[in-house]
Amino acid sequence: MRLLNKQPGKLGFVMGAALPFFVALLIYVSASSIRLAENPNDKLLPDLSTISAAIQRVAFEPDRRTGEYVFWQDTAASLKRLLTGVALGALVGLTIGVPNGLIPWFGAFWSPAVRALSMIPPLAILPILFIMFGVGEFAKVMLILFGTAPFLMRDVEQRVRELPREQLIKAQTLNASTWQIALRVVLPQILPRIVDGIRLTLGAAWLFLIAAEAIASTDGLGYRIFLVRRYLAMDVILPYVAWITFLAFMLDFGLRQLNRRFFPWYGTER
Amino acid sequence: MIEIKNVWKRYLDKTVLEKVSLHVAKHEFITIVGASGCGKTTFLRMLLGEIEPSEGEILIEGDRMRNEPDGDRGVVFQRYSVFPHMTVLENVRFGLDLKHSRFLGRSFKRAREDSSKLAGDMLARVGLQRNQDNYPAELSGGMQQRLALAQTLIMTPRVLLLDEPFGALDPGYRADMHELLLDLFKELDLTVFMITHDISEGFSLGSRLLVFDKPRVDPHDPELYGATITFDLPVGPRPTLASIVDNINVKPENVAA
Repeated sequence: MRLLNKQPGKLGFVMGAALPFFVALLIYVSASSIRLAENPNDKLLPDLSTISAAIQRVAFEPDRRTGEYVFWQDTAASLKRLLTGVALGALVGLTIGVPNGLIPWFGAFWSPAVRALSMIPPLAILPILFIMFGVGEFAKVMLILFGTAPFLMRDVEQRVRELPREQLIKAQTLNASTWQIALRVVLPQILPRIVDGIRLTLGAAWLFLIAAEAIASTDGLGYRIFLVRRYLAMDVILPYVAWITFLAFMLDFGLRQLNRRFFPWYGTER
Repeated sequence: MIEIKNVWKRYLDKTVLEKVSLHVAKHEFITIVGASGCGKTTFLRMLLGEIEPSEGEILIEGDRMRNEPDGDRGVVFQRYSVFPHMTVLENVRFGLDLKHSRFLGRSFKRAREDSSKLAGDMLARVGLQRNQDNYPAELSGGMQQRLALAQTLIMTPRVLLLDEPFGALDPGYRADMHELLLDLFKELDLTVFMITHDISEGFSLGSRLLVFDKPRVDPHDPELYGATITFDLPVGPRPTLASIVDNINVKPENVAA
């Protein structure tokens, strides 16, 4: 049988997916033990027991100074910023993107402006945000908004334009007004598409979150990583990075499930 | 009922239609054939109000036609005529829902029950009563077209425009669709314009056949002149023996006399 016709089966898929992670872990453990054999005080590649002790310390023991569980507090703070920023970005994406794609006169004014806006590197305006809004939560959320909204606005506009013209004509022959077409024909079809857009933009959202936290913050996953960097605390940084990766993966997975659950028709149109 | 007076459609560097004039009475079933690129669809889109004639005018019952699609003219395209995010029942109820609430475009409680009932009847009429809760993607191509018909006809348009509605269907299935369409045509007192690329469909289905073609062609600039109606023929189903017998005034009482 040709290779391209062979199917791995369920077990094959699970093992296939797990293998690269397992190999990475193996390489890490052996590299770590080699370095530690040379110098037991080496901090760059701590062994697994040191890492788990660090996790125990930050996640399951209250901080001696504040009495809080640092790891969970960081997670809550970061997720709150991230989700607020992305939700606002999606809202802006819909309220600007849908009329941009649907109404020529609206698009004539705002479509070029959005395109120009999306060319501004968000990190370049981070200082402006801090100057204008201070170093509190608002500036961080604004950075994430600024990092995600332009992409989502353009993405939504494009998705609206891709809806078959026939559908818009058909709705008009059923006496639908512009508003009704936006509300009943365009918006419900755009929702699952913007969920896909959000999935694509989550990577950027995390980038801006961590950048904002690294520069001015008192908690958050990004803040912690950049804080303990001063002590070369790889035993904390590595689990934090793994945790961020896991959270990002779960968000992506959750959004995909959301689409399947609430928009069963999506992806099956023809 | 529909009066088309010397309509032209020109774009910057080409003429699509020229000198199209036509008078259509109520309850005519007009089929339109012609080579591709001969302005059939442009003609239909003008009747729909989607595009404006460059010259001439189209009157519906004496009034100049509005330059945008509206509820007077229903349409079924070859594809994409139904809304993929609504179930079959929601698709048919959609027009009624829009009427019920200008702001939300939805109906509630009693009104919703009433319109669901109407939509259900319409679905039964096109044979989709058992697919009410399916999404269009779960239906076959022919079922989707029947759904599109039901969705349009529940709004009782005066004119029904069909752009190769059965073009993507199996030939065997088409006969069923023809029967359904003719029944609805008689029942609902429609005026129908239907583009087809199937000549036999053009001859057998309608009561009048229009052929679009270019009467003059400049070999150096094929798009210089536009197409127009070159044939306008009364047509109809080939008479069957039964219908001939029916039409001959031979009845037992006459014979006895």
